[in-house]
Amino acid sequence: MVRREIQRFCIYTLFLTILVLPMVGMRGPEFEARRAFTVLSVLVGVLLLTTVFRLLRETSFYRNLGQRIRQRRDRALGKIQVLPRPVALGSLFFLLALFPFAANNYVIDVAITVLIYVTLGLGLNVVVGLAGLLDLGYIAFYAVGAYTYSLLNLHYGIPFWFALPFGVVIGSLCGCIIGYPTLKMRGDYLAIVTLGFGEIIRLVLNNWDNLTKGPNGLLGMDKPKLILPSFSDGGLSWTVVPLKSLPSLYFVILAVALLTVIAVHRLNNSRIGRAWIAIREDETAAELTGIPTTLLKLLAYALGAVFAAVAGAFFAAKLSYTNPNFFVFLESCVVLSIVVLGGMGSIPGIILGALALIAIPELFRELASYRMLAFGGAMTVMMVLKPEGFIPATRRKRELHEEELESEEAADE
Amino acid sequence: MNENGPAKAVLQLNEVHTYYGRIHALKGISCRIPSGGIVCLIGANGAGKSTTLMTICGVQPAAKGEILFEGRPIHRMRPEQIASLGISQVPEGRQIFPLMTTLENLEMGAYLRKDRDGIKRDLEKVYSLFPVLKERRNQLGGTLSGGEQQMLAIARALMSRPRLLLLDEPSLGLAPLLVERIFDTIQEINRAGTPIFLVEQNAQMALSISGWGYVMETGRIVLADRARALLEDEQVKKAYLGE
Amino acid sequence: METQAFLVQQIVNALFLGSIYALIALGYTMVYGIIQLINFAHGEMFTAGSFIGLIVLGALQRMGFVESHFVLSMFVVFAMAMAYVAFLGVAIEHVAYKPLRRASRLSALLSALGMSIFLSNGMMLSQGVSDRAYPPVLGTGGIHVLGARITYGQIFIVAFAVALMVGLNLFVKKTKLGKAMRATAQNRRMAGLLGINIDKTIRTTFVIGPALGAAAGVMVGMYYGSVRFDMGFIPGIKAFAAAVLGGIGNITGAMVGGMLIGMVEVLWAAFLPSEWKDVTAFIVLILVLYFRPTGILGERVIEERV
Repeated sequence: MVRREIQRFCIYTLFLTILVLPMVGMRGPEFEARRAFTVLSVLVGVLLLTTVFRLLRETSFYRNLGQRIRQRRDRALGKIQVLPRPVALGSLFFLLALFPFAANNYVIDVAITVLIYVTLGLGLNVVVGLAGLLDLGYIAFYAVGAYTYSLLNLHYGIPFWFALPFGVVIGSLCGCIIGYPTLKMRGDYLAIVTLGFGEIIRLVLNNWDNLTKGPNGLLGMDKPKLILPSFSDGGLSWTVVPLKSLPSLYFVILAVALLTVIAVHRLNNSRIGRAWIAIREDETAAELTGIPTTLLKLLAYALGAVFAAVAGAFFAAKLSYTNPNFFVFLESCVVLSIVVLGGMGSIPGIILGALALIAIPELFRELASYRMLAFGGAMTVMMVLKPEGFIPATRRKRELHEEELESEEAADE
Repeated sequence: MNENGPAKAVLQLNEVHTYYGRIHALKGISCRIPSGGIVCLIGANGAGKSTTLMTICGVQPAAKGEILFEGRPIHRMRPEQIASLGISQVPEGRQIFPLMTTLENLEMGAYLRKDRDGIKRDLEKVYSLFPVLKERRNQLGGTLSGGEQQMLAIARALMSRPRLLLLDEPSLGLAPLLVERIFDTIQEINRAGTPIFLVEQNAQMALSISGWGYVMETGRIVLADRARALLEDEQVKKAYLGE
Repeated sequence: METQAFLVQQIVNALFLGSIYALIALGYTMVYGIIQLINFAHGEMFTAGSFIGLIVLGALQRMGFVESHFVLSMFVVFAMAMAYVAFLGVAIEHVAYKPLRRASRLSALLSALGMSIFLSNGMMLSQGVSDRAYPPVLGTGGIHVLGARITYGQIFIVAFAVALMVGLNLFVKKTKLGKAMRATAQNRRMAGLLGINIDKTIRTTFVIGPALGAAAGVMVGMYYGSVRFDMGFIPGIKAFAAAVLGGIGNITGAMVGGMLIGMVEVLWAAFLPSEWKDVTAFIVLILVLYFRPTGILGERVIEERV
């Protein structure tokens, strides 16, 4: 056991040396030894730690420790669950509502971004988590929402709330257009085709100069406005309040995110939701039991697109600016990771995923250039170690860990 | 001879448990294959017959119990290691490589062998056993008929010079005449010295060429006896021979 | 005369671009064939090959080796880039794909996506965000054929690409390991029963595919004169389209598909607005998948393996 681990460690170190030294050290004509060996030693250090950890894991001390931690955690979780649900949710809501009064603008800005991604994540969850259709071009619908609002507002002066229904309709139409040809395709092909569609939409936005001003983007859209009653001068009158401050924008996106949470939660437990799950599990069987699979798959695309379009419209209104480079493939990956890392099909998981992937990197701003590196690495590590995500939907967990459970059971006997 | 079957076994399973998915597929299987004989395992669909073979080959490893091949424990080995010891399986559904020619399929059977001359000689041997394969040697495996594929599958297994041949449902989906030919060939292979473990639903056929038989029901062996005795057994007659 | 020269020129361009796409597509198709995974990190392997080619070529040039032993130094550049990326491929397979071999395909796909993001950002951090110039080693010399100019560089690259593909074909058709690869791709369980070491076979695939991609990367660097950390993304997608076009899992198909995608793109760029040329690959991909998901040579019916 120890020998094998040491052997492994040596081989991995050799590989790391071969892979790291030339790529990191040879940026220019001279070999930058310090840079290369620093990176290499950090990586070998991590490797060493994992090796030590793997060896420790076999000892009885660790096993006991792990068991104790698990017991503690379960007890703590049990206590939380003792709290009645309405109380827990109510206090959470209260906190969210009070949040802008306690935070500075920067933190509120981050919170707004997180909420946008929560909306996007939940929308994508409808497509990927519920219906099981892998979509790598989801950000395109976000772009459609952003551009629909921008164009309507700039050319026709249509305000945010009236532009939203247009965004919703156009978004869902795009969802159907993209969904239709992919209906017959299986997982992998679906992934690549949706990726293709996402890129096509970005390229169209980038190249259609007359309409979208190309890479320069669109500028100067109005912020959302609210029409509030006021009782000045003894009579009732209506005043238009533009939501310019960050806290007010925060409340708008909070409302959007909450509505999305409610909608997805209802969908999850509805007839349609169950039909989607059936399609995800076994499409042929679902079809044979009389589920209209084609229609429901289109519906999943369309609904998913609607949430993204709303988020996109808000995003464009908040910045008063949009350009095609906001909607690159990597953004689709980020949203997908939120869904997957958080736990597919699980609403709290996705919220946690958005927090982890959007807010945590903000804490390490000075390390911003390493953000995507860590992000990619984390995605792979997560898939290898815990494919069901932070907070798995119960059903999903069973699926992904089936083999391990079985072998454990088998070993236990 | 003892309760469990014939003495002097080439292969011996002791209390083997296997889980297939979440299903406890083999619930303590014990059986023995004598060197030089034909032993058959009969039973209904889903009784665990194919799982038994997959467990022997290491594809569906045993969770508990012991498998001895020529006295050596093999239940912890990987499929390719087990194959290199000389256990060769003709799996259910033939599992021909569809985009490789007949010849290439046969070459894959001899994958672990290094003796070129021996391989060439064995190739001629299986061609004489199944002349149709020689005619079809440059045809893609996927385009052969069902019977030809079954012959190819058996021939491919023989190309490894097996010390034990496992056959899974060789009669499945074949016309009666072809079934008879296949079973004749199986006997011929056995006469040349290769012990055979035969899994079949066609109990009549299987028992008639075997020396010893096992009857399997839902993961357990419920009967073990000389094949001739099983053919006369009332229970077996009723359940598996359709009499 | 004019049109003829133009046509010949376009054919040469298409051959060049097609060879590049074909080389990359082979990596996708081989990996998909054997483990049913879209190796998203493959585009990054192409980029990594290009960077290593640049590093080795730069070093050789500073030593004055390129001038004195041109052929040998070309060999060294390609060999080093291919070897490095082969190492990279094996490492990635071991770390990111092997543990997920029995997991759901979605997990494996996301793991590949993670690797792709990790590698491209790693290269960005280590080699910089801007274009890096390749030393002009191919020269400008050439020959005139029917009024069109074909540079020696183009001839060399196409010839080398074709040689690699012929070599691969021979390897897969004639050698024991190559046959084992095909057998594993067609029926993994049976291959294991016959004593084929599945892990080793898959590892071999992750040596060959990435190495071919790396060769393509060096070629692109030499031909266009620059490298960038994200240059693998678009060719990667196009090459994947080529692999699908030829019928994924089908090695000959990947070559044919690559050539076709190269041709379509060159024709498009010659006659239609070139800023839209990146859209063509996606449209071809979508049309193929919609109308003929098994590809043009699709004798291979892909079935989902349970």
